[in-house]
Parts: sequence; C-alpha cells; structure tokens
Amino acid sequence: MVEITVNGQAVNLPRPMTLEEVLKRVDVPPNYLAVEVNAEVIPREEHSSHSIGNGDELEVVTLVGGG
Amino acid sequence: MTAENQSFQPKLSDSPLVVGNHRLSSRLIVGTGRYDTMEQMRASLEQSGSDCVTVAVRRERLYDRNGQNILDFIDLDRYTLLPNTAGCYNAKDAIRAAKLGREILRTLGNPGADWVKLEVLGDSRTLLPDPTETVVACEELVAEGFGVLCYTSDCPVTAQRLKAVGAASVMPAGSPIGSGQGLLNPNNLRIILEYLKEDDPEYPVIVDAGVGTASDVSAAFELGADGVLLNTAIAHARDPIRMSRAMQYAAMAGRDAFLAGRIPRRLYGAASSPSEGVISSRPYGTLGKGDQGNSQSGEG
Repeated sequence: MVEITVNGQAVNLPRPMTLEEVLKRVDVPPNYLAVEVNAEVIPREEHSSHSIGNGDELEVVTLVGGG
Repeated sequence: MTAENQSFQPKLSDSPLVVGNHRLSSRLIVGTGRYDTMEQMRASLEQSGSDCVTVAVRRERLYDRNGQNILDFIDLDRYTLLPNTAGCYNAKDAIRAAKLGREILRTLGNPGADWVKLEVLGDSRTLLPDPTETVVACEELVAEGFGVLCYTSDCPVTAQRLKAVGAASVMPAGSPIGSGQGLLNPNNLRIILEYLKEDDPEYPVIVDAGVGTASDVSAAFELGADGVLLNTAIAHARDPIRMSRAMQYAAMAGRDAFLAGRIPRRLYGAASSPSEGVISSRPYGTLGKGDQGNSQSGEG
C-alpha cells in the first residue's frame, strides 16, 4: 500500500504509480490541470515517467473564476 | 459639405495597452469570478469588449457545483488569460500559484502563460496587500521569467519599489477589492502615475480593484491610468451583462477624455456664446471680474 496526500487529503494507492496513472482518477481533461509533487511543478510531458511513491504530497489545481 | 470639411481627418485611434510581451486592444481587463452562472459570465465578458480576462488557481473543487469547468466557457482563441495568485498570503504560496497557473496555460497553448497578476494579501478583512511579501514575490517571479502585473495599495513608495524590482505593470487599488468604493485617494494615484512615468512615459499603470460603477472606470482613465482591472462591479451588478457594456463605454470615454485633455477648472463662468449683440441688458450694469475676454463662441 502506498500512502500519499492529494490536495491535503490522505489517499491510498494499491501500488506505486506514475503521476499520469494517479491523475486518471481525476475526471478532468489533463490540459485543465497542473500538478505539484512535493511543491515542485511537474510538467505534463513528465507525468508518464514521474513515479509517485510513499509520502508524496500532490497538489492538483485547475483554473476557476476570479478577479 | 465644403472642401475644408472634406479634408478634415479626425485622428481618433488609440494605441494598444502594452504590458510585458502583450498588446491588448482593450484597456479593460475583467475578472471571471462571482457570476451566478458560467453563461452569464460568458455574455458579460463579451459585452466588456475586453481581450484579456483574469482567472484564479485553485485546488479541490475541480468542478463547480454544476459540474462545469470555467475553461469550457472562455474562448481561448479570443482571450488572453491572465492567471492570478488571488487568495495567497505569502510570497512562497503566490510563487507556487504563479508557476501552477503558467503550467496550465502552457498546456493550453494560451499566450498568457508568460505573465501573472501577483496578489499577496496581508489582511483578510480589508484584502489589502502585504507590501513586503509582494515585493519579495515580484522580484523572484521576474527572475523566473514572468511578466508580473502587481496588485498593490495606492502607496506611491511601494509602487516605486515594485517597478524597481521589475514589475511589468504596477496595479494600485482604487479601494479595497470588491468594496465598490471607487477611487478613494485620487491624489495618491496621481502621484503614482507621475512617479512611475516620470522617465518612462509608456510604463503601464493599471488601476485594479475597488471599482463600483462605470464612472469610477472613467475617473481612473481621466487620471491617466493605462488600464483598469475589475470584476465584482460587473459580476454583482443587478444586470451584469448591461453593466459590462457600461464599463466598456466608460473605459472608452475616460481614455478619450484623458487623451483629449480636460479644460482647466475656473472659479467663474465662461460664456460659450458671443457676448456681443446680446438683445438683453445686464443686471447691475457692470462687468464682473470673471467676465473678461469671454467672447468666444462655443457650443453652449
């Protein structure tokens, strides 16, 4: 079991995954998202190669209305 | 029409608003928050005539309560997005938000990927900015290659600091965000405009926040602001779509009035119609001191 944090919430993964695999659990088009792993932005080109392991902290953000 | 009239060519065009690498045809930048519906927002953006809209970076609520994403309601071929760091209370978080916004816009292929509206708040009630954190964040984001449009208070000293560390535009608040109080300290805004443009007349100063109604927008442009950024005054008007159009007209009116140049204020009246040939005698029989040399004809 791999324990990570996504947007402040504890999430358990059945096994280590790539960032791309983790994001498939989020039902938003991938180009609407940006992702930080441990406070570093991971460019989308690297999502398929970036491994997510125990203790990683993810921030998944999108754009919303604002002024 | 006389030959003289035919040869008269009015020059009524305006230059674009240039900020960093961007050239905007409209001098109004509008926010996308606080609308009742996405459809209402889309129609309001349309009526504003703006070609640049600002958006916030947020986690958790990936969809709104109706399952919609704002990006499905903004034509990305038409609008340059200006990501903002609204809601951040320190430089570190604002820098993270800016980088996340840049990543989203980069993957969308929107030209707004290279700039950010920096907002670092210092107080949750007034929503006034933290000047120290704002300067720190501005400097670092400039070093990271961002064009930084910096929300700040109407303090002339902070405005100078922000320009000195490389802000692409300094954006003083007219009054607190969302307060609708208009321009509370026009004198400070005048001083900011004077200082920042002293040796650099093209440097863009954008009044950001505090607009309550259309005349506030006109007033900002009449002071010499290069642009106005607003959100709530449109989104929370009784009829946002109509107010958005009013803001477009107010921006055009204020900017034209600034370029045209207002007349000086006088203590006494100055007649617009000729004083010669008047069929009426004047009361009290004498010219007042303020009634000298006012025989020019005019529209009045």
